[in-house]
Amino acid sequence: MALLEVRGLEVTFPLRGAALTALRGVDFTLDAGERLGIVGESGAGKSMAAFAILNLISEPGRISAGEILFDGRDLARLSDNHMRAIRGNRIAMIFQDPMMTLNPVLTIGTQMVECLKAHQKIGEAEAKRRAIEKLREVAIPSPETRFDSYPHELSGGLRQRVVIAIALLLDPAIIIADEPTTALDVTIQAEIMGLMIALCENHNVGLILITHDIAVVSEITRRLIVMYAGRIVEAGPTAELIAAPRHPYTRGLLKALPQKNRPGGMLHQIPGTMPSLAAIPDGCAFHPRCEHADARCRRSVPALRDVGGRLVSCHHAERIS
Amino acid sequence: MDTLAFLIRRLGQAVVVMLVISVIGFSIQDNLGDPLRELVGQAVSEAERQALRDEMGLNDPFVLRFGRFLAGAVQGDLGTSYFFKRPALEVILDKFPATFELVLAASLIIVLVSVPLGVFCAIRPNGWVTQAIMGFSIVGISIPVFLTAIFLIYIFSIELGWLPSFGRGQTVTLGWWTTGLLTRDGLAHLVLPAIALSSIMLPLFIRLIRGEMMEVLRTEYVRFAWAKGLSSRRVWFVHAFKNTLLPVITVGGVQIGTLIAYTILTETVFQWPGMGFLFLEAVNRVDTPLIIAYIIVVGLIFVVTNTVVDLVYTLVNPMVKITGRAA
Ligand SMILES: Nc1ncnc2c1ncn2[C@@H]1O[C@H](COP(=O)(O)OP(=O)(O)OP(=O)(O)O)[C@@H](O)[C@H]1O
Ligand SMILES: [Mg+2]
Repeated sequence: MALLEVRGLEVTFPLRGAALTALRGVDFTLDAGERLGIVGESGAGKSMAAFAILNLISEPGRISAGEILFDGRDLARLSDNHMRAIRGNRIAMIFQDPMMTLNPVLTIGTQMVECLKAHQKIGEAEAKRRAIEKLREVAIPSPETRFDSYPHELSGGLRQRVVIAIALLLDPAIIIADEPTTALDVTIQAEIMGLMIALCENHNVGLILITHDIAVVSEITRRLIVMYAGRIVEAGPTAELIAAPRHPYTRGLLKALPQKNRPGGMLHQIPGTMPSLAAIPDGCAFHPRCEHADARCRRSVPALRDVGGRLVSCHHAERIS
Repeated sequence: MDTLAFLIRRLGQAVVVMLVISVIGFSIQDNLGDPLRELVGQAVSEAERQALRDEMGLNDPFVLRFGRFLAGAVQGDLGTSYFFKRPALEVILDKFPATFELVLAASLIIVLVSVPLGVFCAIRPNGWVTQAIMGFSIVGISIPVFLTAIFLIYIFSIELGWLPSFGRGQTVTLGWWTTGLLTRDGLAHLVLPAIALSSIMLPLFIRLIRGEMMEVLRTEYVRFAWAKGLSSRRVWFVHAFKNTLLPVITVGGVQIGTLIAYTILTETVFQWPGMGFLFLEAVNRVDTPLIIAYIIVVGLIFVVTNTVVDLVYTLVNPMVKITGRAA
């Protein structure tokens, strides 16, 4: 059985008048030690899915349907206290911008020790020893000194290393990394990504990697989910998806990549933009931007169905391959 | 930045502010006060008056007269009160303890009430208790202080007879300081004026703390704190509250200074024998030296308060290190 199984996940924001649906019918699984990628343009609902797993959706949003099975329990229906015991302990998260993730008025050490103490009965000295050990593991120079530093005394790259160290502190089963390198300097992106992957491998941590960057995901993950307007539009083995995308949106994303064999060539752009939650089109949400769209696409939402060993939600999946 | 540089810069600013206040004070004296009124009677002729003016240097150029004023002020000589026939500064400082204790008590009430209420309203933004507190604070902001004072006096002094509403009560003298904090009677007398004075700032502080705290609760680092599995208590009172304090200290410090201005009203309503009450009397009697001494002493209090607030701020905020640790 999978380590994490998300079934029919739906997140809504009840607002005055209408309720906005941010996620609809999201299904996926993650095995122990597996690496799963989630891609999609801005606003697709990637972060929403990540926060839903930890039950940390910002008010007034809430999980309105579906289940999130982990360790034989449904996280969508867990009490606050039980959920708290899982956060940071069994499932940890790495945020996008290390400049904003760490609390500016608390030392690195405080922010690590408090996490250990929240989940384990542990003395101050032992907690400090373990924190410094983790800082060393993420290759932070002179970790004993850094333990007493404030976040603003560290560079962005070092801060993200600290965040990774915090995520790994309690040997979680899963780490959800929400665009962990997007905010970093291009020169150190690969370094941080490499570090994260190596550590997940060493500790057999399952990784859900959220990113805009298909190139990164293709190197790192075994399976891939493509999201559009709060739904999964295509999911399957990463290599297969990238070699032969079946959903027009996936194709568009791939075509938008700079081609290695055609440097300097014109970049393809998917016409139009991701719709806002309040204006998701009827039928297939992608149809206004899709060159294959016909009357059926405008009318009915395509189901996510198995097409040749992968899941695609497109009426024309067979025709497109 | 190191401590010495910080202190020197702060001191420089303070001197400039005090200089400006002195100019204001002196201008008042120049336009309002007529020392001759005290010295000579109505019967003296205009020619004699002018001669006297020349002799006293009252017809000298402004800069010269201001220089003399400043030289006196630096040595603590702010003139002699017309009414009390004593050095104005001495008269003011006699009343300082009463005002100080009133402001201290009011500040204490403000902090002890606004912090828990503000924090509560931030973490339970939709509850009916929050709605009630916020509604009340909107009303509170618009009630003038003398109305609150009269209302308090009516209920607690006149109707219920629980608390005195007049004067300072029994005080104890410690050196030059007279305190009302050491006797039951003195404390009882302090209650109503302190509540009345704090009521001006209370709504403002509750709204300020709530607003800042709600802002902080939306930040990524608070979300990350939740994602680490910390207890609500830890997230609210360590992660969020510490960051809420920074802006609250800055704004709050200035507002506490403003409280001194409101003591004039409060002290008058409660006949509290402090500087504010004295000031109003001085204005009525056109006791110019006393008015100026008051303005300068209050200006000094402002400057000192702001400096202390700045120092506290640097202590709370690790990003403004004045101890000179490498960043
Ligand atoms: N608090 C909120 N209230 C209402 N709508 C929200 C809220 N937070 C997010 N949304 C909406 O939910 C949708 C999904 O947002 P989400 O942050 O998951 O996107 P994303 O895929 O992570 O995008 P990005 O790549 O920019 O991080 C967006 O349309 C967004 O506008
Ligand atoms: Mg996101």
